Amino acid sequence: MKAMSLRNPVIRRNGNFLIGTAVVTACLWVLVPLYFLAVNALSSPKAVIGFPKPAVPQFNLESVHFFATYEGVATALLNSVLVAGLTMVLAIGLGAPAGYALARFDFPGKSAFRLVVLMTRAFPLPLLALPLTVLYIRTGLDDTALGLAFVHTTLALPFSILITASLFLSIPVELEEAAWTLGCTRIGAFRHIVLPLAVPGIAASAVFAFVTSWNEVFAAAVLTVQHRTLTAFLLQSLDVSPLPLKFAGAAALVLPTLIFLFAVRKYLFSLWGIANR
Amino acid sequence: MADIDIIGVAKTFGSYQALKTVDMHIADQEFMVLLGASGSGKTTLLRIIAGLEYANAGEVRIGGHRVDHLPPRSRGIAMVFQNYAVFPHMTVFENIAFGLRMQKILNTEVERRVKRAAGLLRIDQLLSRYSNQISGGQRQRVAVARALAVEPAVLLMDEPLSNLDALLRLEMRAELKGVLQESRTTTVYVTHDQVEAMSLADRIAVMHEGGIVQAASATEVYRDPATRFVGSFIGSPPMNFLPAERQAGGVAVVGRTFPAVAGQGALEFGIRPEDVVRAAEGLRGKVRVVEPLGPHQLVTLDIDGHLFRAVIENDHKIAPGETLVLAPRADRIRWFDRASGAAIH
Repeated sequence: MKAMSLRNPVIRRNGNFLIGTAVVTACLWVLVPLYFLAVNALSSPKAVIGFPKPAVPQFNLESVHFFATYEGVATALLNSVLVAGLTMVLAIGLGAPAGYALARFDFPGKSAFRLVVLMTRAFPLPLLALPLTVLYIRTGLDDTALGLAFVHTTLALPFSILITASLFLSIPVELEEAAWTLGCTRIGAFRHIVLPLAVPGIAASAVFAFVTSWNEVFAAAVLTVQHRTLTAFLLQSLDVSPLPLKFAGAAALVLPTLIFLFAVRKYLFSLWGIANR
Repeated sequence: MADIDIIGVAKTFGSYQALKTVDMHIADQEFMVLLGASGSGKTTLLRIIAGLEYANAGEVRIGGHRVDHLPPRSRGIAMVFQNYAVFPHMTVFENIAFGLRMQKILNTEVERRVKRAAGLLRIDQLLSRYSNQISGGQRQRVAVARALAVEPAVLLMDEPLSNLDALLRLEMRAELKGVLQESRTTTVYVTHDQVEAMSLADRIAVMHEGGIVQAASATEVYRDPATRFVGSFIGSPPMNFLPAERQAGGVAVVGRTFPAVAGQGALEFGIRPEDVVRAAEGLRGKVRVVEPLGPHQLVTLDIDGHLFRAVIENDHKIAPGETLVLAPRADRIRWFDRASGAAIH
């Protein structure tokens, strides 16, 4: 059936048209908002509010400047970087060893563990928010970067475990065995052979953890009060802030994500099983 | 330089018995080939010697020292893997030097030994390349050079030629034999290719269902198989087998009587395809298929309902349907116990 439809030129042409339409739609879906975001963030506040829009977008840093000097933005940005950095370190520090164990060792309950790791994402965060807040207040972790980073690590960990596991699986075990026979300890073989081969992929998975934290808004809004991250800060001031500030803030949130994902897209694609040769 | 003793080694994976109790001695500087089909336990045995797998029972001794509790790095071995396992993030030079660097050998000495190993394997021109810039055959050479550079007491090779194409395999086989003869290292070599085994080995250990069936020289394994299995596994085409009955005054094989054979119990008659000649008296069979193979012809006959292959000179044309009388060479006839499959001498 499939072979026949591929051989039939009319059906194939129609199929190509459908795929083409879908691709264009998907691209527009992503690119149009990004376009307006970029244009408005880089327009003067007057142009953002004004109508009709000029055909050729003007370039003006007034909005960006306004955003950057808006009170609280700088500290919120710093908090975001701090929390995301902590999350990245924790997620890789805990996730990579777990990924290595999943890839290299057979232990009882291995497949159950793999499933349970993903199950942590099955609990909606709002459900956990109240008990978590109470717990944090009791332990003194509330309104701290570390406390929020713990929550974000919980969110990022399943992916860093599974991504690094598939990464280590892709490195032939014979390379390690060869290193053992040539005089390496298990740790030595990891350091000399596995790590150099895995570093790009680990970096990709670290960036993924960073972005997960950077974009997270719910836990950030609930668990921080004085030390807001950028997302929480923007959420808080969404109603009261002028339109140019919203655009500039959104751009500030999107930009690092875009840059990071673009930089590591090769590894993410290969980790997700998309061939890009 | 060391001999290897394997004493009562057994291995199970869960409920699967990969190795029954194995005993074997490999002499210093000997080239021992472990030959068997997949699942015969040959690779498991090699990995146990290497320390990449641990036995459930038994001892492994290298050079008289017990090593079965030691990690691979402390056993004085080097190993060549089927898929070469050349480190992709290092140049050929660094690959060959890796083992020496781990031993913290001086740079000048490292360079000298890498150059020598590379020269031996004729890859001196490739030292600055990475593994994705060289061919499969060259990668194989790098893997062998890397193993030889550490000057191991024992060299272990796990089907090192099976990923190469046929022509390259033939070339590498001859070259490997030369290189290893020169290095005089005790070698254990795993393969499923009997031609490879015969051309390389001082001794062949034929493995079957997790045990060593016979360990002897290539000629002996071929001429005097210890069991019916070895006769049917070694040789292409394999040995012919016909049922035999003990009678008063001899053994009857499809109507022909042969001199009596020692022992009791049902027998089987075995003869290699090339050990029969056309004669007036002998085993009578109907020709089914004739395959001319150049220097001789391979004739498949039906002898009393049993498949029988004979390699016959091609000076006479033989046609399918013809009746052929073949006399087995008396000194090449082998007898096997039908129940156990063991050879009877």
